[in-house]
Amino acid sequence: MTNAALKELIGSWFPNPEVPVDDKPEKGISEVQEPQEPQPSSLLEFTEEGSEFLNIIVPATHLHALMLKLKTHPDTHFNYLFCLTGMDWEPALGVVYHLESTEHRHMVVVKVKTEDRDNPNFDSVSDIWRTAEFHEREVYDFFGIKFNNHPNLKRLFLTDEWDGFPLRKDYVDDINMVIK
Amino acid sequence: MPETAAQITEMIIIAIIYLGIFSVAGLFLVFMERRVAAWFQLRIGPNRVGYQGLLQTMADALKLVSKELTGTVKADKFLYNLAPYFVIISSLMALGLIPFSKSFQAFDINIGIFFLIAVSSIGVIGILLGGWASNNKYSLIGAMRSGVQTISYELSVGLSLLTMVLLTGSLQLSEMVEVQKHGWLILQGHIPAVIAFMVFMIAGTAETNRAPFDMVEAESELGAGFHTEYSGMKFAYFFLAEFINMFIIAAIATTVFFGAWLSPFGITESLPWLGIIWFLIKTFALVFLMMWFRWTFPRLRVDQLLTLEWKYLLPINLVNIVVMALIVWQKLTIQF
Amino acid sequence: MQETTTINNFKSEEYFINMGPQHPATHGVLRLLLTIDGEIIKKVEPDLGYIHRSIEKMCERDSYQQIVHLTDRMDYLSSHINNEAVCLTVEKALELEVPDRVKVIRTIIGELTRIASHCLWWGVMGMDVGALTTYFYGFRDREMINDIFEETCGARLTMNYNVPGGLMWDIHPNFVNRVKKFIVHFKTKIPEFDRLLTENIIFQKRTKGVGVLSKEDAISFGASGPVARASGYSCDVRKYHPYSALDKVTFTEALQTQGDTFARYVVRIQELWESLSIVEQLIDNIPEGEHRVATNAVIKLPKGEYYQKVETARGELGVYVVSTGTKNPYRLKFRSPGFSNLSLLNHIAVGGKIGDLVATMATLDLVIPDIDR
Repeated sequence: MTNAALKELIGSWFPNPEVPVDDKPEKGISEVQEPQEPQPSSLLEFTEEGSEFLNIIVPATHLHALMLKLKTHPDTHFNYLFCLTGMDWEPALGVVYHLESTEHRHMVVVKVKTEDRDNPNFDSVSDIWRTAEFHEREVYDFFGIKFNNHPNLKRLFLTDEWDGFPLRKDYVDDINMVIK
Repeated sequence: MPETAAQITEMIIIAIIYLGIFSVAGLFLVFMERRVAAWFQLRIGPNRVGYQGLLQTMADALKLVSKELTGTVKADKFLYNLAPYFVIISSLMALGLIPFSKSFQAFDINIGIFFLIAVSSIGVIGILLGGWASNNKYSLIGAMRSGVQTISYELSVGLSLLTMVLLTGSLQLSEMVEVQKHGWLILQGHIPAVIAFMVFMIAGTAETNRAPFDMVEAESELGAGFHTEYSGMKFAYFFLAEFINMFIIAAIATTVFFGAWLSPFGITESLPWLGIIWFLIKTFALVFLMMWFRWTFPRLRVDQLLTLEWKYLLPINLVNIVVMALIVWQKLTIQF
Repeated sequence: MQETTTINNFKSEEYFINMGPQHPATHGVLRLLLTIDGEIIKKVEPDLGYIHRSIEKMCERDSYQQIVHLTDRMDYLSSHINNEAVCLTVEKALELEVPDRVKVIRTIIGELTRIASHCLWWGVMGMDVGALTTYFYGFRDREMINDIFEETCGARLTMNYNVPGGLMWDIHPNFVNRVKKFIVHFKTKIPEFDRLLTENIIFQKRTKGVGVLSKEDAISFGASGPVARASGYSCDVRKYHPYSALDKVTFTEALQTQGDTFARYVVRIQELWESLSIVEQLIDNIPEGEHRVATNAVIKLPKGEYYQKVETARGELGVYVVSTGTKNPYRLKFRSPGFSNLSLLNHIAVGGKIGDLVATMATLDLVIPDIDR
């Protein structure tokens, strides 16, 4: 599927509840609103700027539902999670999922972010792709992002006593880090 | 000097001579293995110490003697120290019966073969003790594997030798050699003897815990198996015992199947002192065969090892004994 | 843990055993926590991080030329392909077209690297199942490739031959001849590999039906490379996302369907033939031209995100660069093949014996610095 087709299909799964659906006539609301910025018709945000893939930005609450749909829907069938990256976009923390379908050979990038730096957490996708189990542990280890419903969420590379999350941008370690 | 004292002194002198000869012979076997392995592996092997590296293993032994003995703190000290002696003594004891030539045999008792089998299986106690007392899980797994393996393959070793005893009618080694003056037993017993020989070599290799049956050490699985926690001279005992055991298995095969010190077709019968040369040539040919196994085969898995013994070797052996009995009964043996 | 099973009135208890970080079969500093019942594996839990150098964090303060050097130290057996991955990402971001000569040479050396890596793996595979002799046979042929590399780029292992924009130097004048000699030599040696190990009955008994991985699981666990292809999952990056000169050559992807240890073994042996044929197709047709296009001394990638996949000897290596337009990447993630391949070890090793675990691990072909990064 092309990126445009993917965008249309995936966007239709999560319609924005605040936007009135076109084919139903509005009833009883007579007051005319000020012309605002057009509301996006979907809860998902799509962008292709600065990337070769279609990027989907999803609210954390809908992450698991979207991922499950992406994997199981026969037209998308993204069954191969080939990269799972933790990100620190100062101040937001987030996770980037790179998905590919081994059947259709199309790819998509899903991004999810949160502003909460003290207790960031997302739903785990390890029940959808088993590979996420290790990758999410790595993200937890380096970014401190917790994954709900993860079967075995603990530090993977660092020791359990390690203080802080090294790949965050605000991590300071005077002894081990050489800053130029 | 009273007679008993004289006998005891004689025994001690013989024991010391044997100990001296076979420690050196064991070291030479180690050297031989290293050169053979190198030859199989596109290498040269040890060739710097002494002529062609002959003194290399001497130097290694010296190093091992001078090394510090380390061990685990929580080991059972008494059993831990006892284990290597069990192994080395049992293998040295078996040497006393080997008929190197007509006059070079320390003991010639009437239950010779039986004694050999019995003594060579004492060694496993040492391995079990060592593995247990080391207080190391890898050692314990190795020792347990060794127990299972030796007990299983002991049967095949015993039964394949028993097949040949049917031909000789005696357990005494000198008498077995005497019978072979009319043709080596492997010829006399023809087909069942060849089968018995093959079974013996397989089971013998397994009993000495050598590849492809080295489950006990299995360096890629268990580190070093039962002797993981041993160092210095105690390790050297285990190491030396393995090579002496290999020599013993080859020597038994030579004695039982290939006419011990007898020359082929009696070509050097007039020169009896050549007997020892013949014996060593045959034995080292078999030792080489065992080295050949080791450097070409991968290792079996522990369940496959037991399957091989209980499902294949043992039934073959039992049938083979019956066949041999029939052959002896019907006088179908080949004799010159 | 204290689960006790009773079989015929014999109580059996599971126990822990530590495999590694110093263990001959883990090939490096991997630590496996095994839960064992007698000889049977109940659970395998990898404990990582013994050689973690935080390359991803270091990359955030390094320039793009410097990052190339760090990638040598990840999967040191396919260092050239790792370098290539970073260079391709940078070139893609800069929209830089490298000369055909560079592309062909990169592919040739990449495939030779794969052969060298598989030779080492083959030797170690034999050693892990107890046949020590294979180790030396594998090293003999690997040594010839390393000598060729040494002559051209001065290093045998961490080669560092790629730079963004091309190659650091042109190839040595002897290169083509020596590679041709190697092709002739190695064609007689792969059958020797087969005679020594593949056809051995003990080896086949040890590996067939052991550590079976289904195609669905392979995809779900993100397996790649020979591990995935042995399960019938066609995933060769060289086929689906060809890079460098790989779109100019013809080769068949090595595929097996059984998914067991023996299938993974056979796939790698087939890959030796395939890589050899790729080198053979290209070695006579190295185009003339520059070995490098000039780039700025300070490379600044345009703002954006870039992803590049390559096929290393172990599987799919991904480089994910997030740039904000400065001379350093904002975030750089390496998706290493070994990491995903290791994660499925527990899945396929449970129920086997210790010996099976060792054989299975050997065919996963783990390189620990690649996992620990």
